[in-house]
Amino acid sequence: MTNIIISIKNLYKIFGDNPKNMMQYLLEGITKQDLLDQHNHVLGLNNINLDIKSKHIHVIMGLSGSGKSTLIRHVNRLIEPTSGKIIVDGKNMLEMSDDELREFRRFKASMVFQKFALLPHHTVIKNVAYGLLIQGVKKAEVYERSQKWIDKVSLNGYENSYPYQLSGGMQQRVGLARAMATDAGILLMDEAFSSLDPLIRSSMQKILLDLQKELNKTIIFITHDLNEALRIGDQISILRDGEIIQTGSPEDILLGPKDKYISNFIKDINRGRMLKVSSIMRKNTSIKAPKILDNISIEDAIPILASASEGLAAVVNKNGNIIGKVSLDSAISALSSKK
Amino acid sequence: MLDFFTEFPEISRSDIRDIKTSIDNAFRSFSRNYGESIENFFDPLLWFLIWIEKLLLNTPWPIIILIIALLCYLGARNWKLPLASALTFTFIGYLGMWEDTMSTIALISVATIICILIGMPLGIWMSRSDRVQKILNPILDVMQTIPIFVYLLPVLMLLGIGKVPGLIAICVYAMPPIIRLTNLGIRLVDKDILEASNAFGANYKQRLLEIQIPLALPNIFAGINQTIMMALAMVVIASMIGVRGLGIPVLQAIQNQYLALGLMNGLAIVALAIIFDRALQSYGRRLQKHNVGNKK
Repeated sequence: MTNIIISIKNLYKIFGDNPKNMMQYLLEGITKQDLLDQHNHVLGLNNINLDIKSKHIHVIMGLSGSGKSTLIRHVNRLIEPTSGKIIVDGKNMLEMSDDELREFRRFKASMVFQKFALLPHHTVIKNVAYGLLIQGVKKAEVYERSQKWIDKVSLNGYENSYPYQLSGGMQQRVGLARAMATDAGILLMDEAFSSLDPLIRSSMQKILLDLQKELNKTIIFITHDLNEALRIGDQISILRDGEIIQTGSPEDILLGPKDKYISNFIKDINRGRMLKVSSIMRKNTSIKAPKILDNISIEDAIPILASASEGLAAVVNKNGNIIGKVSLDSAISALSSKK
Repeated sequence: MLDFFTEFPEISRSDIRDIKTSIDNAFRSFSRNYGESIENFFDPLLWFLIWIEKLLLNTPWPIIILIIALLCYLGARNWKLPLASALTFTFIGYLGMWEDTMSTIALISVATIICILIGMPLGIWMSRSDRVQKILNPILDVMQTIPIFVYLLPVLMLLGIGKVPGLIAICVYAMPPIIRLTNLGIRLVDKDILEASNAFGANYKQRLLEIQIPLALPNIFAGINQTIMMALAMVVIASMIGVRGLGIPVLQAIQNQYLALGLMNGLAIVALAIIFDRALQSYGRRLQKHNVGNKK
């Protein structure tokens, strides 16, 4: 069974001169706008409850100003909450001393930043080594381990370049290698690919997914791009105005948007490419028809269905066992977001 | 009634006289009681200054010129500056100003070292706390604007005429830039980079030594440069309280209207300033080369 590694409970963050005093108004039900107009405080996060499964990629998606970057910074306490609990690996983050917190940041959770935040005065290899040097690992081992990560993100040959000499995508690969090199189990990615152009972004997504297959880290990934969220997320939480409005798998969100805001969001999504055959399959173990794999996209299944007699196909899992059936009609109707 | 508007309502003359004499007397008795121990406190400084001065004067001049040219080369990494400085120093020596120039260099070096040793930690402290910055800023303003003779007077009363009061006068005037620019440089370090260093669990020392000071170095260097320039500007004033160096002949020139003497020694000070400035600036620029394209 998958276990919960990060658990956030009733988390509030209020920005202003006297946030603690604002909590009572909030519990009495004041709106975000009134809090700003009457008390001059900004509600950043409003009663966040979030469970993050170990070894999953959990995407937090929201538009700018939704509080997603604020939220991720609570996980390693770069930002102090106004109220609430953050439990990581059974430990309450808010009860940690400064030393414990530093240990946590050194060994348990590393971070990748939207603006890369590389050290401009150090070479690529020293940047990758940064976390290890802070951990106090021996010099010889540091550079051996850093070199391994430079190879993994295919930056070999650039070890002694300075960040400004690299393109954006390459700089972020340095950022990714720097975060991976500490061997922390939790990886926090704050809009890590948002400032890259689309082609580079999708190649970075692939690098991340490939690395994840091998490493199985717990990754919290912040993005404002729903396509990116659907592509890489095992779970997606949608954040609006500091509140989580829906959490679920990509299919949950595409097939069952909770409200109009989310339906609007998913309107332009290429559903055929995002939805898998398994999400529209009916259970049936005895059907005789052309076989398709359960994890291919509907887009890829349609040509097979169209050429099959009666527009039917048998769905098989990766072991080759038949687990259900799909019809052309259901595939086509799944392409439309209208019910 | 009309008097009130035409005559300023002043404190009475006898009152102000009493205030002045009581302050004067208090300071006099303070300097009588503690003058000697304060003087002893500054003794190591005096020995250090004399030691450097002797070292410079006892070393054969060709070796000094060679060392200066070498330092210029290390700073600038080209041949123009070392060559120009070697020629300048040869010319200065040829015109009979070698010993005064060495004294001045010794003075400026010691003053700069003191300013860095005290100023950089103060600047770092200032960058850590807004309250410290609020307190130090007006003090630095006073240090830079108060007429030199005003604070020279209590120093003279305490320590008498000599090298140490001169050194103190120079340091008071020349220290503010290094403090200010260290503070500024550290405060200007990119917040994103600091956040990253925090996120990886760096402690204050790691952050300061690995990130803040290296990234603030261009500004810190500008501060050191300014400090040296301001110290050189004080050379003539320091000579008024008995500090040897290029200032003494300038002072004589002023008193006796020796135009040529004043001009020669003045220009020697300018030459020193230009050589120091160029060497340090090009060194500072080389330190910055990794930051090309990262300017915001």
